[in-house]
Amino acid sequence: MIEVKELHKGFGDVKVLKGISTTFQPGKTSLIIGQSGSGKTVFLKSLIGLHIPEAGTISFNGKANTEFTNLEKRQWRQEIGMVFQGSALFDSQTVEENVMFPLKMFTNQSQSEMLDRVNFVLKRVNLENSNKKFPAELSGGMQKRVAIARAIVMNPKYLFCDEPNSGLDPQTAIVIDNLIQEITDEYNITTVINTHDMNSVMEIGEKILFLKDGRKAWEGSSGEIFKTDNEAVVSFVYSSNLFKKVREAYLNEKK
Amino acid sequence: MNYIEHIGKYFMMLAQVFKKPQKGRVFYEALMKEIEELGLKSLGIVMFISFFIGGVIALQTALNLESPFIPDSLIGFAAKRSIILEFAPTFCSIILAGKVGSYITSSIGAMRVTEQIDALEVMGINSLNYLVLPKVIATVFFYPFLIILAMILGIFGGWVAGVLSGLFAGVDYIDGIQTTFNPFLITYAMIKTLVFAFLIATVPSYHGYYVKGGSIAVGKASTQAVVWTIILIVIANYVLTQMLLT
Repeated sequence: MIEVKELHKGFGDVKVLKGISTTFQPGKTSLIIGQSGSGKTVFLKSLIGLHIPEAGTISFNGKANTEFTNLEKRQWRQEIGMVFQGSALFDSQTVEENVMFPLKMFTNQSQSEMLDRVNFVLKRVNLENSNKKFPAELSGGMQKRVAIARAIVMNPKYLFCDEPNSGLDPQTAIVIDNLIQEITDEYNITTVINTHDMNSVMEIGEKILFLKDGRKAWEGSSGEIFKTDNEAVVSFVYSSNLFKKVREAYLNEKK
Repeated sequence: MNYIEHIGKYFMMLAQVFKKPQKGRVFYEALMKEIEELGLKSLGIVMFISFFIGGVIALQTALNLESPFIPDSLIGFAAKRSIILEFAPTFCSIILAGKVGSYITSSIGAMRVTEQIDALEVMGINSLNYLVLPKVIATVFFYPFLIILAMILGIFGGWVAGVLSGLFAGVDYIDGIQTTFNPFLITYAMIKTLVFAFLIATVPSYHGYYVKGGSIAVGKASTQAVVWTIILIVIANYVLTQMLLT
C-alpha cells in the first residue's frame, strides 16, 4: 500500500502541491485526474522519488521513503515500473535492448535468460516481431507498449503511468488501458495512473483522485463519480456533451 | 544562476560522475560505443585538417624566411615545433570541442527533455555516472592517439607542401625536423591534450544534463557548451604553458 500524508511541493515561490493525503491500495488501479497545471505530474514524480517533497511523507508498505537505507532504496527502485508520458524509450537502443536494459543493470542473468524474459513481456504487451526496431520506427501506441514492457520486465510491485493515453487514437487508448488493467490484475501490482482521458476514468478507475490547484478536491470510485455533485469534479469530468448525456442517462436509470 | 553556482554545480556533477559503475558489463559496452562516437568518428576531420594546416604552417614559415643567412632546415624545425606545441593539441582540441561538444550536449540534452534521464533515475541508475563517465574515459584515453596522429600528419603535410610548391627541399625539411628533438615537448603536448579531453567531455555534458525546456533550449545549450569549452581550453592552455614551459 502507498500512503501519502500532507504532501507539499513547490518550485521557488510557486506552490504546486498543497497538503495532499491519500492512499493507494495494493493490486488496484488508481487514477489521478485534474486540469493541466493542477499538480498531477509533480504528484506522480514525487511518489516515485524524482521530486523531493518539501513536507509530508510517502510510505510504501508502512515505511516512509525518506527512511529507506541505501539498500532498501535500491530494492524499492527495482520494485517500481514507470511509463512516462512520452514513453521515454532510449533512442539509441532497439526495442529489445530497451526492455532488456533493467535486466542487464540489475540481474546476473545470461543473455539467453534475459532474451526469454524480454520476449515473454513483449508477447504479453502484444508486440512481437519488433525486437530489432528502434523507437523512431514505431507508432505512438507501439512505443507505449514497449514502455509498459520495460516497466514490467523486473516484475514490479508498483506501476506508475503518466498519461499513458496521450497522443493516441481512442481505439489504441482503450487497448493500452485494458493492457494496464490486465497486467495490474495478473501480477497484483499497485498501479497509479495520471490521466486526462475520461474513457479511462469510466473504464479502469477503481479509485479516482481529483486534484485541483494542488489540493485533493475529491476522491472516490468510478461508480461514485457518476453520482457526485462536487461541482469541480462535475465541471471537469462532464465538460463534454457526450459525457453529460452519459451521466444523465446513468442517473435517470438509477432513479 | 551566477558563475559561482555553475562552478559548484559542475564539481558536484563530477562527484556523481566519478563513482564506481553499477554494472561492469554495461559500462564496458557504453565505453566502446563512446570510443566509436567520440574518437573513431573524429579521425577523418582531424586527419584532413592536420594535413592541410601542416602544409600552411610550412608554406607560411618558408615565405617569411627571406634572408639567405637562414638555412631552409629552419622551416622544418619551426613547423615541427608549431605543430607539436600548439597546433596539434590546442587547435585540434578546439575543433573537437565544436564537433564532439555539440554532439554530447545535444544527445544528453535530448535525453533530458524527453524524460529518458528520469527513466534512468526511476530505475535506480546513477544517470550521471552511466552517461558521462564512459565519455570522459573515452576522450581521455583516445584523444592522445588522435593528437599524435595529428602531429604526424601535420608534419607530413608540411613536407608535401614544400615539395609540391618548390619553396624548400624535402631533405632540408627532414633535416629541420630532426634538429634538437626535446621529448618534454611531447609530454607537454600530451598533458595539455588530457586536460582538454577532460574539458571536452565534461563541460558539454554539464550543459546537456541540466538543460531545461524543449528542443530550442537543447540547441542553445549546445552553442553555450561549445563556447564555454573553447573558452576553458584557451584559459587552460595559457595556464599550462605558464606552468610547464616557463
